[in-house]
Amino acid sequence: MSARPALLRTRVLRAALTIAVAGLVLGWAAQGVEFSLARLRAGVPQVFKIMGLMWPFSWSYLPEVMSRLVETFQIALLGTTIASLLAVPMGFLGARNLSRVRGQTYFTKFILDAVRTFPELLLGLVFIRGVGPGAFAGVLTLGVHSTGMLGKLYAEVVEGIDSAPVEALASTGATRAQVVKYSVLPQALPEFASQAIYRFEINMRAASILGLVGAGGIGTPLLFALYQHDWPRVGLILAAIIIVVALSDLVSSYLRSKLV
Amino acid sequence: MSRTAGKRGRGMPPHAPSRTRTTVGCIVVALLYIWSSIGTETRPVSLFLGIPDMANLFARMWPPNIAYLRTMIGPLVETMQMAMLGTVVGAVLAIPVVLVAARNISRHSAVYHIVRGLLNLVRTLPDILLASVFAAAVGFGALPGVMALAVFSFGIIAKLTSETVESIDPGPMEALSASGSPRINVIYYGVVPQVLPQFVAYCLYVFEINVRAATVLGLVGAGGIGMWLQRDMNLMMYRNASAIILLIFAFVLAMDLISNYLRGRLV
Repeated sequence: MSARPALLRTRVLRAALTIAVAGLVLGWAAQGVEFSLARLRAGVPQVFKIMGLMWPFSWSYLPEVMSRLVETFQIALLGTTIASLLAVPMGFLGARNLSRVRGQTYFTKFILDAVRTFPELLLGLVFIRGVGPGAFAGVLTLGVHSTGMLGKLYAEVVEGIDSAPVEALASTGATRAQVVKYSVLPQALPEFASQAIYRFEINMRAASILGLVGAGGIGTPLLFALYQHDWPRVGLILAAIIIVVALSDLVSSYLRSKLV
Repeated sequence: MSRTAGKRGRGMPPHAPSRTRTTVGCIVVALLYIWSSIGTETRPVSLFLGIPDMANLFARMWPPNIAYLRTMIGPLVETMQMAMLGTVVGAVLAIPVVLVAARNISRHSAVYHIVRGLLNLVRTLPDILLASVFAAAVGFGALPGVMALAVFSFGIIAKLTSETVESIDPGPMEALSASGSPRINVIYYGVVPQVLPQFVAYCLYVFEINVRAATVLGLVGAGGIGMWLQRDMNLMMYRNASAIILLIFAFVLAMDLISNYLRGRLV
């Protein structure tokens, strides 16, 4: 009987403490970025006003948008393809059940993690300095970043395969290459393909923003239109990105449903 | 592969896909790649030619200017503050919407479909695009960054949480309704306890995404450390840039670890 009020009191105390700490942290954060309700009140109508200015779109600009969208698609396609090829050896090296050298799995996974930690745009910023601005830098960015993602997923696929065929082949004296070719690959390939297609969908999104740092695609004209405050053009580009991203989502989920 | 399996399933003898179809397929794919390579100026050779260029860049980045990091503490703190605020504002905005966007709570199916459609639309736009539009609208600085992260977080948290609400055990809700509790009590005692841990987990997950996003928002003038990285890159101060890159790396890893730890404690 006496325990319940005490329990209640500690719970109330804990809740009050949590709320107080959260409030303090948020207040600190808000003060740090000069975020205030007054600024938000002034800013939000401004955003809506600009959204209003976007219509009607500048349709005369459509041909340029189309050719940039094509480039965006090409960047995503090549970047995903490069990554899906590079990720295969990484996936095998990173899979625990195939590892033979001590520490090999950890080392591979560490590299993949390190690659994945960098946001695409940061990689893009580095690559445009290395190879010059343009779509090629975008392809490299997506190729490297997606290798980090796909390598990890591929390793998980390989770790999840049925071990019976692997053991059966190994017990017949098959070489390691034969084991991989006849027991691991047939099981893993459809999954690999499915992950790569899903990655393509994500890369369409990424390719549409890479232009913001000069790495090709639809992002570059968007940046120019924003700087010139050419809102009808901005509206057209944003609408185009939404449509293309939604379309690639649809196509990707259709293809993946056919695979698995 | 799946095609042959499907035909076998329908009682037809298995056979290899016809040779012409395979050939045509291969040619189409090859043309697609050639067309893309020309469009993006990516040739197999240029992939290798790019390696010395990149090596040259890395050489100029080495060694990172560690002393420079002292001046980057401010921007880094700002980055974290943006991620935190964006997540919290988005989560708070999401709470009322979740109740309308969950099929088992929402009363009007038309409202439900409209809200779901809007949520899907919000998530289609990458956060940095939102930030670039907001920065052009309200001026450069952290505010447009926080707004963009808030909108993006709102979209994800509202969608994930409303799906969780749809999968809850209806028992407590029905019991409360049957006993004549007002609707607010039904939600508070019948729904909230079941979804709260998941809701917090989603917020932490979104925070991890926002930390990454906040490091790059500066590239479009929306605050955070990305602006400084871009400046140093443009000024070709590569040793400062590599120090920032390492700092971002450590920062993202640390935030992931904290968030993972907290999520582990939750479930």
